[in-house]
Amino acid sequence: MKKVMNAGLGLLMATAIAAPTQAENVKIGMITTLSGGGAHLGVDARDGFMLAIEQAGRDDVEVLIQDDAQKPDVAKSLADEFVQRENVDIMTGIIWSNLAMAVIPSVVRQGTFYLSVNAGPSDLAGRLCHENYFNVAWQNNSLHEAMGEYMSTEGFENAFILAPNYPAGTDALEGFKARYTGELANEVYTQLGQTDYAAEIAQIRASGADSVFYFLPGGMGIAFMKQYAGSGVDIPVYGPAFSFDEIIIGAIGDAAIGVRNTSQWAYDLDNAANQTFVSSFREKHGRTPTLYASQGYDTARLILAALEVAHPDDKDAFREALRAADFDSVRGDFRFGTNHHPIQDIYVREIVASGDGVTNQLVGVAVEDMQDVYVDQCSM
Amino acid sequence: MTLSLLFEQLLNGLQLGTMLFLMASGLTLVFGVMGLINLAHGSFYMTGAFVTAWVTGTTGNFWVGLLAGTLAAAAVGALVEFAVIRRLYHRDHLDQVLATFALILIFSEGTRWLYGSSPLWLNVPDSLAGSVTLPFGVEYPLYRLAIIGMGILIAIGLYLLISRTRLGMRIRAGENDREMIGALGVDISTLYTLVFALGAGLAGLAGATIGALQSVQVGMGEPVLILAFVVIVIGGIGSIKGALVGALLVGVVDTLGRVLLPDVFKLFMEASAASGVGAAIASMLIYILMAIILIFKPNGLFAVKH
Repeated sequence: MKKVMNAGLGLLMATAIAAPTQAENVKIGMITTLSGGGAHLGVDARDGFMLAIEQAGRDDVEVLIQDDAQKPDVAKSLADEFVQRENVDIMTGIIWSNLAMAVIPSVVRQGTFYLSVNAGPSDLAGRLCHENYFNVAWQNNSLHEAMGEYMSTEGFENAFILAPNYPAGTDALEGFKARYTGELANEVYTQLGQTDYAAEIAQIRASGADSVFYFLPGGMGIAFMKQYAGSGVDIPVYGPAFSFDEIIIGAIGDAAIGVRNTSQWAYDLDNAANQTFVSSFREKHGRTPTLYASQGYDTARLILAALEVAHPDDKDAFREALRAADFDSVRGDFRFGTNHHPIQDIYVREIVASGDGVTNQLVGVAVEDMQDVYVDQCSM
Repeated sequence: MTLSLLFEQLLNGLQLGTMLFLMASGLTLVFGVMGLINLAHGSFYMTGAFVTAWVTGTTGNFWVGLLAGTLAAAAVGALVEFAVIRRLYHRDHLDQVLATFALILIFSEGTRWLYGSSPLWLNVPDSLAGSVTLPFGVEYPLYRLAIIGMGILIAIGLYLLISRTRLGMRIRAGENDREMIGALGVDISTLYTLVFALGAGLAGLAGATIGALQSVQVGMGEPVLILAFVVIVIGGIGSIKGALVGALLVGVVDTLGRVLLPDVFKLFMEASAASGVGAAIASMLIYILMAIILIFKPNGLFAVKH
């Protein structure tokens, strides 16, 4: 069975990756999640990335795209394929932190550049940081930390915090607590994949909290917010943008109105690069881009900017060009810290009614020039 | 923990229990009457939710959607029984598990192909939105209260159907002696299709009502299916009464465990660690319950004699 599947996979890849290349060309390998429950993240990251490549009009840049189906073993074997057989110069695309940890350390050790469009596990920012690894999105804790600070400055003193009981969930609550100065009404871990939150909502109602912070990505967040809105509890809700991207709030509907969330980007940010990005993305795909699309777009534009300076074969020069980050990011100011993770403003957005549905609207800045806390553990 | 919070959590447990009963009753009927293990039962749950979301979105009326979702799930159930399941009755359980697992994959990918991978939008109808105030000063969502009411009505309906009607008599006869009822001239294949469609329809109804509370997405049926299996193992496979008692037991134990265990651990641990440990143990609680019950009652609480 396994042999048959491997053979099938090999055939598939042989047909997908057959195009010949010339010596001067640049090959980019993208492994991302295009099927399964988390597919909308990968689809948006890919669409954003490819939009920038198309706009640049460079036919010497070749992008190979493969689906990891959110499985670490699939991602790992695709990465080996890209590095060893295809000799790609740059890799990118992974959405989930557990897949990133399976793939990135070995890829960068083999001398290939890796630019992360999304996943930012703490180890890669600290202990395992590497000269060939760049994160163009954020370190995982950042948006949660920023929300902790924002809620403190808003004067909340008794927050009820909630996340699923798995590593990214504990990181989220730890991140939140790092900058939050008030008391905690309660700290609750739910089951991963849980869909009924009646018990937790009853606890929130009885807790006397003045605010709720939650990190429940994907379907979990949709279920929680719908039930919360129907419960009659009117304690204000806050969270990171992962719980409130345009696709998730579309499924929640009016129940999401009024919720504030932290993001490093918003589609209504007022800068020229962003306006071009949002209007051309809408024109091409007929939907409003999510933060994942903006991260894909920025990653491609960073690569294109560095290619103007040097070819990836000249590793030192190309690395310096990446480090300089000489491009107009759609999120405004952008620069790298010494561990190759962004130093950037984290914004606050509020969900408002718009036309038939709901949408995120920029409110202000939560934290200026935010840098992750793991930079000190990085020896670069 | 105040009295009113405890009362509210009991209601939550009851509501989860009634939903599990809708899933488990179909599962246990199909096993009791036909001796079939049906892993694809969660797919009917998903079918009900998707069709309800789609029809509600098109017509703008939740009740039309709910009816369409339930009927669609029953119809899909009948179709699947006719096309696939019928060939499995005389096979052993491993073949049944393999074939119905294949059905899960086909349904999941088929639904993704039809509706895409983003979750669909389905909301509680306006007439049941908001919450009501109950005794002890508990404010409880009206929709969940309606679910409890509906579950009780369906339990009574199923009881009447099985104990008072000709169809019910045949179902009971089918449970007791499959060959004999066939030999007595009852059209056994129609009976099987009917029972299967009934179970699928109940699962579809559960999916449709829960879809309005949670998110309507591919793969939503499988976590519920696992709980439903726990319920019928606790209750005794093949017993409707067992499914009802098992479902309520699992619903209440799961809900109260999630709320109370972290508080218990907080008595002798640091708060943040207690939440983590409490949540981890709470997620195991119903399986521990199942293991304990099986030690004393290896065939479940209301074992059916064969």
